[in-house]
Parts: sequence; structure tokens; C-alpha cells
Amino acid sequence: MNTPLLNVENLCIEFPTRRGTLVAVDDISFTINPGEIVGVVGESGAGKSLTGQSIIGLLEPPGRIAGGSIRLNDQRIDNLPENQMRKIRGKKIGMIFQDPLTSLNPLYTIGKQLIETIQTHTDMTVTQAREHAVNLLEEVGIPAAAKRIDHYPYQFSGGMRQRVVIALALCVNPLLIIADEPTTALDVSIQAQIITLLKKLCKDHGTAVILITHDMGVIAETADRVAVMYAGRLVEVGLVRQVVKQAAHPYAKGLMNAIPSLTKRVEKLTQIDGTMPGLKDIPNGCAFHPRCPDCMDICREKRPELTDIGPTQVACWSYHDCKH
Amino acid sequence: MPAFIIRRLLQSMIVMFFVAMVAFLMFNYVGDPVHQMVGIDTSFEDREALRESLGLNDPVPVQFFRFIGNAAKFEFGISYQHKRSVTGLFKERLPATLELSFVAALLSLVIGLPMGVYAGLKPDGWLSKVFLSFSLIGVSLPTFLIGILLIFIFAVTLGWLPSYGRGEVMHIGWWSTGLPTISGLKALIMPSITLGLFQLTLIMRLVRSEMLEVLRTDYIKFARARGLSNRAIYFGHALKNTLVPVITITGLQIGSIIAFAIITETVFQWPGMGLLFLQAIHNVDIPIMAAYLMLVAFFFVVINLTVDILYYVVDPRLRLDLGKANGS
Repeated sequence: MNTPLLNVENLCIEFPTRRGTLVAVDDISFTINPGEIVGVVGESGAGKSLTGQSIIGLLEPPGRIAGGSIRLNDQRIDNLPENQMRKIRGKKIGMIFQDPLTSLNPLYTIGKQLIETIQTHTDMTVTQAREHAVNLLEEVGIPAAAKRIDHYPYQFSGGMRQRVVIALALCVNPLLIIADEPTTALDVSIQAQIITLLKKLCKDHGTAVILITHDMGVIAETADRVAVMYAGRLVEVGLVRQVVKQAAHPYAKGLMNAIPSLTKRVEKLTQIDGTMPGLKDIPNGCAFHPRCPDCMDICREKRPELTDIGPTQVACWSYHDCKH
Repeated sequence: MPAFIIRRLLQSMIVMFFVAMVAFLMFNYVGDPVHQMVGIDTSFEDREALRESLGLNDPVPVQFFRFIGNAAKFEFGISYQHKRSVTGLFKERLPATLELSFVAALLSLVIGLPMGVYAGLKPDGWLSKVFLSFSLIGVSLPTFLIGILLIFIFAVTLGWLPSYGRGEVMHIGWWSTGLPTISGLKALIMPSITLGLFQLTLIMRLVRSEMLEVLRTDYIKFARARGLSNRAIYFGHALKNTLVPVITITGLQIGSIIAFAIITETVFQWPGMGLLFLQAIHNVDIPIMAAYLMLVAFFFVVINLTVDILYYVVDPRLRLDLGKANGS
């Protein structure tokens, strides 16, 4: 295997508060290969978005990276000074946010925002940048792009705006795009279009994607691999097909079982009992053990590490036992 | 755009009409103009003749429209107290007030805006805290107290600046200005600070809170994620979004500055309209009061119109009716 595009090792994110430090992301490691789409799933507060923000260097204070490293093409980027990080943002790593309605500056035409971004990262003249912007808009499926480029964001619908946002994120061909719940704010019928578009564009441009979502359906349709997060930790990383069909970790199993099925008639939707612990009271040992149906003694005492189980990696003591 | 301006103009004219009505009522029902104009030994016949010649025996609507017609030409008759045409009096005084107000407004914008931007960008910096404490003083101290304090420090104790008047002025046509002369400029410093301090702190606090608000928005985060420079983010994207409320407040405040220059003009014996108005109140000089009322209303209307047009320029979302007209 050639070198991964992105290599996150032992990343920890902390929030210092008056009552001690909260660990929001606890020692996670994963890699992303060029052109690959990796889904990150988990409940709200599992640390998905924070992981995304830390990769692009936009972690909001007081949150801070407390340990570990992030490497892009073998270059360490988590400790770069702001002015160098800025050259990576947009150019090498792009980001798409949840709400397309508020992601665009309402006072500027979309053309101005596109041209501004293109000119920040390349030496194109205004005319060239504008031409490039029109092509991009056509590529993301905005009809009459040459005319629409001079329109303001409020003149576009939600789905169209998210297309513009995607065009903005892709405008200088970044190597990686972090899409933080790109479809959550959209209509269900639009969601599918946007996801298909994102998938197609990234394939055409060879862009890798980290797709953060809590929608398993989106992951199953789009991603190559999936990482499941729980209480700031990675509990399972594997190929999408594998994880959806035969999740190994009890939490991942619970998540997959909770997906409603069209073919099976059920009285009640399956759910995982209990709630995810707050950052203040993450239990010792495996963070999931109070809710786990197969909880053992060791789970309460020692934290399981992410271990290779066949093609997938799982952090669960029951599989450690199988191995030994 | 033109339809929008015409609509606004019509609205402004309605406002002016009602202000004119109030001014007219004041003219006719606060005391008897003839009584004010003549001496105690004028005979009854002479009084009646004067009344007739002034048109005061005409029906009220006729008098009202004559008043409006004259007001449109800025003719408000003869001041009772100065025995001179009100128009001439205002021509003498208007430049002083406008100059003072303009300099005060300019000061408050030129200083308040950068201070607000700084305090918004670095909310935890020590300088921001100094600005904020300072602004508290500006907001809470009354104008006359600031004026008197300034006079005490810079005019009485240190003797650097004159405590009253406009200093030397130059005449350009009927317009007089103190800006080109050193003594005029020196005389302008304290009054304009006194008058502008409140607006300065208001603008600063407004810009600061708007900046803090805007910097939290998604489009600023997205702008960062696109790798734009801080300069482009702060001044291109954030500042422009804070401008709509700032324009509103500044516009309204410029109106107030002109109208409430009265206090500052009194403290510094500034020979402007405010001082003229105050003396007119003392002497029930109704033509001056009516003219002042109309003039201040006129300034407010013009400023509001300008503010509305500026909105239009800054925020494309307000150009909705334009979009409809184009069918897009």
C-alpha cells in the first residue's frame, strides 16, 4: 500500500474548563488514502465534528489539540503556524458545512466569493478565475451558470446553495474535503442529489472525503470505509459493506440494527438502551460498557485498544479474547 | 431603484407636511403675532391694519398653504426679537452648527469604527477592556458635564484651547467656516469632542457587538475554511455585514447631533442655530422656533433618505423589488 493521504495518530482534543479538563476526542488514529471516501458516524457529541475541525486547523478555542499528530502527505500539519495553515486550508483541504443557507456571505455575489477563493490560492487573473468559476458552477449542476454567477446567495434555493458551497470547496482541487453533515439541513429529496453529486465530483477530481454524518444510509451509499465514534473514541473502522452487514463492536451493531428496514415489518424500532455519557463522566474501561449487552469484568477496568480483526479494526475486549 | 426613491420622497414629503402643520399651529395659537410685533402704544386701528397686511384675517386653510409655500422657499418672516428676516439669521448661524455637527460625526465615526472593530476582533485584549471602560464614561456622562470638564482642564487650567466662540472664521459667499484658520480649528476641538463623544462610544459598542456576532456566523467559518486571509475575512466579509445597523444608528445620530447641538452650543457659546433657538424660546420668538423646527425635520428626513439609499447599496437582499422588476 502506498502512503496514506492523511494520517491521524493518537489525536486528543481537550477543553479546559473551570472544573477540570474535558477530553472530547480521546486518542484516535486513522488514515485516509487518496481519493477515498471515509464516513464518520456517531451520536451528537461523539467528537466527529471536532475531529474534522482539528484536521483543517479550525478548532474553536478553548478547544485544543492536546496530543497526537496529523500528517498530510507526510507533512505534519497540526502544529503549523496560522499563516502556513491558511495556505493549506481551501487549497489542500476543503470543508463543507452543515447549513448551506448560512455558509455563504449574503452581501456578495457567489461569483465574487468564488473568484476571491480562486485568486487566494492561484495566480489566475480575474477573467480566468471567473471563467473557471463558471465551469465549476456548471459542473455542480447550476443551470445558466454564466448568468447565475452574478446572483446573490438569497436568490438560490437551499439545494442550489449547497451546490455552490461544494463548488467553493472544490474550486482549487483540494486533496481532501471534510464534509460536516453536508445534507442534514436539506430536504430528503435534495439530500440524495447532493450526495450523488459530491461522490461523482470527488471521483472525477480524485478528491478524498471525510464524510461526517449520523445518517447511516448516506454512509452506506457513499463511503468506501466507515469509522464509528463513541464518546470521543473510535470503536470500529472498516469497509462499509463489512460494517453494515456484520458490525463487530456492540455499539456499531446497535447502530446498524437501529436502521429501519423496508423489507422487515417491525412493531417498534430497535434502539440502544441508555444515552452516551457526557464528557464529564466517561466511565473507566470501555466507554460503552454501561450500555453494552455483552459487558464483561475487564470492560469496566481496562480500555480496549483498536485491534485488527480480519479486515476491520475493533476496540472491544470480546474480540481480544477470541484472538488469544 | 427610482421607484423606491420616489416612494421614499413621497413619504418624506408627508412627514414634512405634518411638521409644517405643527409649526403653523405654533405660529397661530401660541400668543398673538401682532401683539408680539408692535409696541405697547400702537393703536387698535394700526394693529388691525397690520393684521390685515400680514394676512392673518384670511381663512385658516389659506393661511396654512401660504405658510407652506413660504416654508418651501424658507421664508419664515421677521424675527420678533432681532427685527430681521429669519432666513438671514439662519444663514448666519447654520454654517457654525453644520460644521460642528459634521466634525463631531466624523470624529465619532473615524475613531469609533476602528475602536469597535478592534474590540470585536480581540475581545479579551487589555486594550479592548480599556476601550470598553472608556465607552462607559462616554455613554453615562451628560454632555454639559463633559463640556464643562473639558473647559476646566484645557481652557482654564492648561490654557491650551479657547473656552468659547468659533475663533476666526473665513467667509466663502454667505457660508462662514472656521476650518481654514488655526484659531477656528482650536475652537472646534472641545465642542466637537463634547458633542461627538456619546456617538463615538455608541458606534464603538455597536460595531464591537456586531463584529462579535458576525464572527460567529457560518459564512465566516466557511471563509476561514477556504483559506482566505484574515484581512479579507475581517474587513471584506465581517465588517460589511456589521454596516447595516451601524449606518442606521449613525444616520439617526447625525440628526440628533444637529438637533441636540443646543446644549454643546450653550456650554461653549458656539454661535450656531442651537444658541439662536434657545434665545428664541426665552423671548417667545415664534418665527425662529418654527423655522428651527422645520429645518431640523428637514435634516432628519434628508438623512433618513440617505440611510435608506445606503442600505440599498450595502445589502443586496433589500433590493428585492428590483429583482422582481427584472423578473428574476
